Amino acid sequence: MTMATTQNNTGRTRGGLNLQVIGPIVALIALVLIGMALNSNFLSYANITNVLARSAFIGIIAVGMTFVITAGGLDLSVGSMAAFVAGLMILVMNQLTTSLGVSLPVILLGIALALVAGLVAGLINGILITRVGIEAFIVTLGTMGIYRSLITWLADGGTLSLGFEMRELYRPVYYGGIAGISWPIIAFVVVAVLGEVVMRHTAFGRHCAAIGSNEKVARYSSIPVARVKLATYVLLGLLVGFAVVMYVPRLGSASASTGLLWELEAIAAVIIGGTLLKGGFGRVWGTVVGVLILSLIGNLLNLTDFVSPYLNGAIQGAVIILAVVLQRKGGTER
Amino acid sequence: MTKILIATTALVGALAGPLSAETIGVSIPAATHGWAGALNFHAERTIAHLEEVYPDLDFVLATTPDSATQVSDLEDMVATRGIDALVVLPFESEPLTGPIQRIAESGTWVTVVDRGLSVEGIETLYVAGDNDSFGRTAGQYFADTLDDGAKVVVMRGIPSTVDNERVAGFEEAIDGSGIEVLAMDHGNWNRDTAFTLMQDWLSRFPQIDAVWAADDDMAVGALAAIEQAGRTGEMIVVGGAGMKEMVDRIRNGDATVPVNVTYPPSMISTAIEMTAVGVTGAAPMSGEFIIASELITPENAADYYFEDSPY
Repeated sequence: MTMATTQNNTGRTRGGLNLQVIGPIVALIALVLIGMALNSNFLSYANITNVLARSAFIGIIAVGMTFVITAGGLDLSVGSMAAFVAGLMILVMNQLTTSLGVSLPVILLGIALALVAGLVAGLINGILITRVGIEAFIVTLGTMGIYRSLITWLADGGTLSLGFEMRELYRPVYYGGIAGISWPIIAFVVVAVLGEVVMRHTAFGRHCAAIGSNEKVARYSSIPVARVKLATYVLLGLLVGFAVVMYVPRLGSASASTGLLWELEAIAAVIIGGTLLKGGFGRVWGTVVGVLILSLIGNLLNLTDFVSPYLNGAIQGAVIILAVVLQRKGGTER
Repeated sequence: MTKILIATTALVGALAGPLSAETIGVSIPAATHGWAGALNFHAERTIAHLEEVYPDLDFVLATTPDSATQVSDLEDMVATRGIDALVVLPFESEPLTGPIQRIAESGTWVTVVDRGLSVEGIETLYVAGDNDSFGRTAGQYFADTLDDGAKVVVMRGIPSTVDNERVAGFEEAIDGSGIEVLAMDHGNWNRDTAFTLMQDWLSRFPQIDAVWAADDDMAVGALAAIEQAGRTGEMIVVGGAGMKEMVDRIRNGDATVPVNVTYPPSMISTAIEMTAVGVTGAAPMSGEFIIASELITPENAADYYFEDSPY
């Protein structure tokens, strides 16, 4: 895995067109070209905005997931966690509306609650993994079930909905924006840029890669392994909370089917983007490309009739594998 | 429906008396979407109520996320609880037919709810909504009100027999009416999926006159997308199952949501109560009980609005 990093670096110093690096971009460009050919509305402002804005939830979560996976971990609970945090946020905001009325403080408190709840949920995952020493896969599989049940229980099996007036007040956070760019897109870009900077230019980012490459060596190099790993889960939890802040104003509701399979989409996006599933190397901008590829497939399938809707999943699966094949071509030759 | 329920409840109340202890097992899908949530709500409420009315009846309720778990649940009920009657809403028809048949052959009373088994004559009692009529009612409304050449999009549910029957009913009803179906895709009875699907259809088609979302959760998603695109008023949205919020909009004469089609989740209450009456031998209860889908219009919407229902 250290080799992957080295190889990547050499590829870049040569300034060459390393297929491993450009693979996901080629796939993305191919999808855009197919889209343009299939439907003239594909590049319309509305469609581009729709695709980018709906990518934001998975995208924001996937940036956090990049750090977790780079450090050799995994988190299967993010989808359920998002549903649970959304449900909690809606319940509390409805409660607060009765005492504070339909006002800005309710929204701010709701946002704060979502962020704190996400952070705490991430902390619980992290502590169980790093302090109690249980496999990340098992811990997050457990919490995945727990949060999914909790949201079903909170919603009484139905749907939790934000009060109508509150929804109208909170709505612009998803549908509004500045200079024609909607808030979820702006949030996604900011998170992605910050993530890229942290991954490339901070000690934390490099520690993640080191731990993912070889945990023992990282420990001998006096990297606080447990603390860095814990931090990746907390960061991911916080970003889940942030994604929920953008998600709730969209439909103003949460139910047991909210965030279903988001964890797999996020993990797939991370891997398509060139991060190694085994850890040791992470690429945040690649993750962003991965998320866009996944959203574009869905968008294209909806814009055309050329395959039976029964086969949507198959097309998605094929493109995911193809994108990774493109990207790993260089890797297998080592 | 409500009347029948009340009648049954009264019947149950009148006939409650000291009888030998019987156990009724109830196995239904877990609350993964709004309709199933309401199903769970009604099942729990009915069981709590019947346990009071019939002190001698015991109930075992199991909710299941998939067919395999449901088969295990049924085996557990027979092996460890020795159930005398089973009320089951099969997750899927095919895989559950065998296990339920074995239970029925052992002499246990079997009530099948909503999703029919693939072999006929297994169950003692069959209580179901009418999926064909669910689709047909919506289709008939489109055929009656939309102009010749009107363009509609159809949001289907999770690929299943239920969904196929509904869509077949819908297609037959609009056949020959000159209505053009622009696109048909699975929104999986999910708000988020329906939202993105509708967004994409709005980009793709400059003209849409009507949307048939075969469930109100999907109608909610579709409505949000239409509002976002600023195309409210261009098309009508017909959902189904009678969600509280939708019925409320119809009641208030919303132009976008003119009607809705019922598919009452409280049919589970009908099934459990009829089984309780049947098991205690109070009255003959075998056969089929089909609850037709009705059209909710602004005129009758008030009758379908239930304030404290979760759905």
